[in-house]
Amino acid sequence: MLQMIDEGLIELNINGETRKVLVRPADTLLFALRERLGLTGAKPGCENGDCGACTILLDGWPVKSCLMLAVEAVGHQITTIEGLENPPIQQAFVEKFAFQCGYCTPGFIMNCQGLINNHPEADEATINEWLQSNICRCTSYQEITAAIKSVLQKNPA
Amino acid sequence: MIPFDFSYYRPDSAGEAVALFQDLDAQGKKPLYYGGGTEIISMGRHNNVDTGAVIDIKSIPECGVQEFQDDSLVIGAGVTLTQIHEANLFPLLAQAGARVADHTTQNKITLGGNMCGSIVYRESLLPLLLTDCEVIIAGPGGNRNAPVNDIFDKQVQLNRGEVILQYRIPKSLVNSPHVHVKRTKSEKISYPLLTICALNSGQQVRFAFSGLCGYPFRSKEMEQALNDTSRPADERADHAISQLPEPMADNLESSAAYRQFVLKGSLVSILNELGG
Amino acid sequence: MQFLAVGKSVIRKEAWEKVTGQAKYTADISSPELLYGVIVTSTCAHGNIKQIDIETARSMPGVRAVITGDYYPILTGSVIKDRPPLASGKVRYYGEPVAVVVADTEAEAAAAALQVKVSYEELPTVNSPAEAIKANAPLLHEFVDQYQKSIPEVYPQANSNVVHHVKIRKGDLNKGWEDAEVVVEGSFTLPMSDHIAMETRNAMAHILSDGKIIIRTSSQAPFPVRKMISEQFGRDLGDVIVHVPLVGGAFGGKASVELEYLAVLASQAVGGRKVIISISREQDIASFPVKIALEARIKLGARRDGTLTAGEYTYLVGTGAYAESGPRMANAMAMSCTGPYKLDNVWCDALCVYTNHTYATAFRGFGHGSMTFAVERMMDKLAAALKMDPVQIRRKNAVKPGDTTPTQVELTESNLGNLQACIDKAETLINWEQGQVQYVGENKILARGVACFWKTSSSPTDALASAVVTFNSDGSANLQVGAVEIGPSTKTTLAQILAEKLSLDISRIHVEMEVDTGHSPHHWKTVASMSTFMVGRAVEEAADDALKQLLSLAAIAMVCAPEDLMVENGRIAYKDNPQEYIEFADIAHGYKHANGSTVGSQVIGRGSFVMPHLSPMDQETGKGKPGPYQTPGAQAVEVELNTADYTYRILKAVTVLDAGRVINPKAAQGLVMGAMSMGLGLATREELVFNQKQELSNTSLRTYKVMHIGQQPEYIVDWVETPNKAGPYGARGLAEHGILGIHAALLNALSKAAGVELDQLPVYAETIWKKVEEGRS
Repeated sequence: MLQMIDEGLIELNINGETRKVLVRPADTLLFALRERLGLTGAKPGCENGDCGACTILLDGWPVKSCLMLAVEAVGHQITTIEGLENPPIQQAFVEKFAFQCGYCTPGFIMNCQGLINNHPEADEATINEWLQSNICRCTSYQEITAAIKSVLQKNPA
Repeated sequence: MIPFDFSYYRPDSAGEAVALFQDLDAQGKKPLYYGGGTEIISMGRHNNVDTGAVIDIKSIPECGVQEFQDDSLVIGAGVTLTQIHEANLFPLLAQAGARVADHTTQNKITLGGNMCGSIVYRESLLPLLLTDCEVIIAGPGGNRNAPVNDIFDKQVQLNRGEVILQYRIPKSLVNSPHVHVKRTKSEKISYPLLTICALNSGQQVRFAFSGLCGYPFRSKEMEQALNDTSRPADERADHAISQLPEPMADNLESSAAYRQFVLKGSLVSILNELGG
Repeated sequence: MQFLAVGKSVIRKEAWEKVTGQAKYTADISSPELLYGVIVTSTCAHGNIKQIDIETARSMPGVRAVITGDYYPILTGSVIKDRPPLASGKVRYYGEPVAVVVADTEAEAAAAALQVKVSYEELPTVNSPAEAIKANAPLLHEFVDQYQKSIPEVYPQANSNVVHHVKIRKGDLNKGWEDAEVVVEGSFTLPMSDHIAMETRNAMAHILSDGKIIIRTSSQAPFPVRKMISEQFGRDLGDVIVHVPLVGGAFGGKASVELEYLAVLASQAVGGRKVIISISREQDIASFPVKIALEARIKLGARRDGTLTAGEYTYLVGTGAYAESGPRMANAMAMSCTGPYKLDNVWCDALCVYTNHTYATAFRGFGHGSMTFAVERMMDKLAAALKMDPVQIRRKNAVKPGDTTPTQVELTESNLGNLQACIDKAETLINWEQGQVQYVGENKILARGVACFWKTSSSPTDALASAVVTFNSDGSANLQVGAVEIGPSTKTTLAQILAEKLSLDISRIHVEMEVDTGHSPHHWKTVASMSTFMVGRAVEEAADDALKQLLSLAAIAMVCAPEDLMVENGRIAYKDNPQEYIEFADIAHGYKHANGSTVGSQVIGRGSFVMPHLSPMDQETGKGKPGPYQTPGAQAVEVELNTADYTYRILKAVTVLDAGRVINPKAAQGLVMGAMSMGLGLATREELVFNQKQELSNTSLRTYKVMHIGQQPEYIVDWVETPNKAGPYGARGLAEHGILGIHAALLNALSKAAGVELDQLPVYAETIWKKVEEGRS
């Protein structure tokens, strides 16, 4: 049984590295990433699971790191925006002007990357269903849709 | 930022979980079973949860099952709404779960958690109510099975220390003709103005509702009214609406009057689609 | 004219930082020295504070200080000083900050904040702008007329909730009514709503032992922050240093000074140690400024042929519990009150009033959006009364060069642009010729609506911007400006202007993203869609200054007069023999002769710009020149209404605006589309809902809804380019304008489709249903 009684060190697998992190059991993964590891690509936008700015990949699936305890992530593979290796979705966001202030961008990109990994042939309805988990207040979303579509269309499938 | 502390446990078996609960309870820790944890975290932020320990059920083997066993579809309480949607073994459940919160959050919300949490809508429970499925529960007295409609009546009816492990859904019903309707005030990702799940069991059309009253429900009286084939669909709908278990909700999502208007229109179109 | 950088969709300079998570915003630094502040807020919308018990909180683990309103009692406000940063004596809205707890960790601060116990003696509340001006309404501020004014032109009324009243008196209104053959009236209501910048507000401060105050904040206004902090804490301007890195969206909500006061006070309370206050989304919505509410009444007179003869406008601007920039927005509505239409006889009264709600500040459009909603719904009502086509009536009355604004500014082609051309283009893009209403299936109605807008800024008459260009020894240039990068690609647009002027490739222009008031050149603030215009002009001047230096150095090197030389592709060449040239690199840090001796040194260009010839509005008539030029435009929406349940789907949204010159087409298009998206959000779902006790009911993004992906219509943006002679390369501002009339266009369409008058926002399916039901009974 995994147990954590009070504040202490846990081991997290982040971007392919094992990192020791000091947290309270009640600390969120978002807190651990930002405040303990300096991985500030994941952003707090609501800390309530409503905006998606803190999205990371957990075992390849998008998860809001504000709605997950850091200790809960023990034994799982975490990927943050800092761990992406120049995937086409970043280029697409740049080319399609799919961001302005950029604050929601890491979360959107992580969700997009999750979709690209898991459903490389996603149709428009699936794109919408997935990306509705994130809020962008600057763009009209038309640009973001164009970005993800351009990557999905390039997939060999 | 959760402003208070609690301990975290992730037991590897149901027995371990139940024993742990009793132990922590005896220590006055007010333990909570923890599924996806989304509600515990978001309510914890507002100090609206009072607990000193959470027991994560996701490593309990039974809680992670999603497969057909004999005449049943067995789904563990720790299976996420996304896993249910992706497997699509019970399309109505897949659909209902895919409209709870948003897609990313569905990667975290579990079937058991959506039923046992404190947000009243519990929309993934509706298809379960329609199938009269069996709930497998672990508790201090060992495991027991009970019909879902007993385990959920206005609220979850579990004894202290009990935890839901699995749902056993009759295989015969998972592919029955069905309709899922969710209406919101405006934004799609939202609490329901109303959610209706309807399933034609072969004998009759069964209906379960969320958003109409303070709790999700299935009503024999309303089902009787809606299945009264001697009357036209819109009379049946009116009659069913008059049988609501409590007055129509009147809240931020909708006034009671508009909700009634939407409910009626939805019921008529479901009846037209599913017959009955 | 062939341009090198202007008119090109240049990728923003900070693009790769933003897509890789490397971009740093205010709260993206953590450090062991940091302390954390958490704010305790009021649970009562109007009440006298009976007692605040901070003893328990103070004794909790990790707590370093707890401060309340009496710690450093000051009054703040950019127009009138009516607001204590921490409530003092009484609270005036639900969510008002009453205490700050400072602790070693945020969790400890939050835990202690829960233990701060405040008791109130509840007072009756003012629940709407209309209630605010009722006789015997409860008073929010008992001595509103005695507050210190931050600007002279604000006119609070004693013993009332009216903090400002601005008037327009133009022409002869009685004659206007006499000339009218048709008179229509309407009333309109817009609720408060919120900016919802994705980055919630946050600020960090520490105080050095020599008294210097260092602030890092998410702000559109680093220089006003510096000024206000220096005033309130008695420091030289130079002893307050404000750092603003990239900002995660603002939309007007970060243009006033708010959290910075609390961060400085918190730091002061712990001996100057560094404190960060990063507020929650819930506090961002409930406690810090939101968008104004508006209740408007309009009466229009026109001749049978559609010509407007008279307009009477009453705008009740609900600014919530404190004025902040509410009075300025009342001015903005008044000065543009007619919308972009020729009207010689105009009365407008805009009153800025207090209510027991979250206080308001600038919001994208600065009052123009709310005002335009009312005006453009009214134009459709007039069209209906006259049985005229809604496009036709707008075209007929569209303002033209030679007409005057409500504040009696004479309009020219340059300062106005071409609204007619915008209307023509929008009409085509929305397929207006197919009719305003079409039945497209069982229970399905397709409808179209249009709206026009105009907007100028409401800046102080001395608003200024500066720019500094320094050259590197390789011939590349660094651009420093005081404008903040809040998202619109401002810095890249400015780099394009510089690249064009210097004839240097854009890749060789380096722009500093962070603003640091210690060394960045001054800029009024990053608001009002004015940065490209104002800072752009400063950049042009700085470029000219640098070029002059480069040319004179080149003349020495090339042994000729500067007039014999020209600038081309980062080189300076003989006019009559462009094959012979000298690289910028060879003169950027002075010119070194073959023998090693060097003349000149680093080339540094400086430029500055102040708003030209603005004047305040006259108290009695409104006469004056509040802004430098107009940006006009036309918008249209196509919507499909389901008459079975009154749900609707927005299919298409069009904006055509006169941008003067589009400097970065894709960036500009994105801004206009984003503004339309926000406007459609306001139209369809956004509002702050206060319950009977005036507590805010929807403080989270779960209950305060904004647009999500998949619900957007097809967005179409097109331009008219009538050069603004005062602007850099002819440019006009455009960052806000997509929001201004889009809600009116949607409601004009929906009203037609449903056959009811929809005059308040937002419009839910239920709203339409209710109107239809009322019409039936």
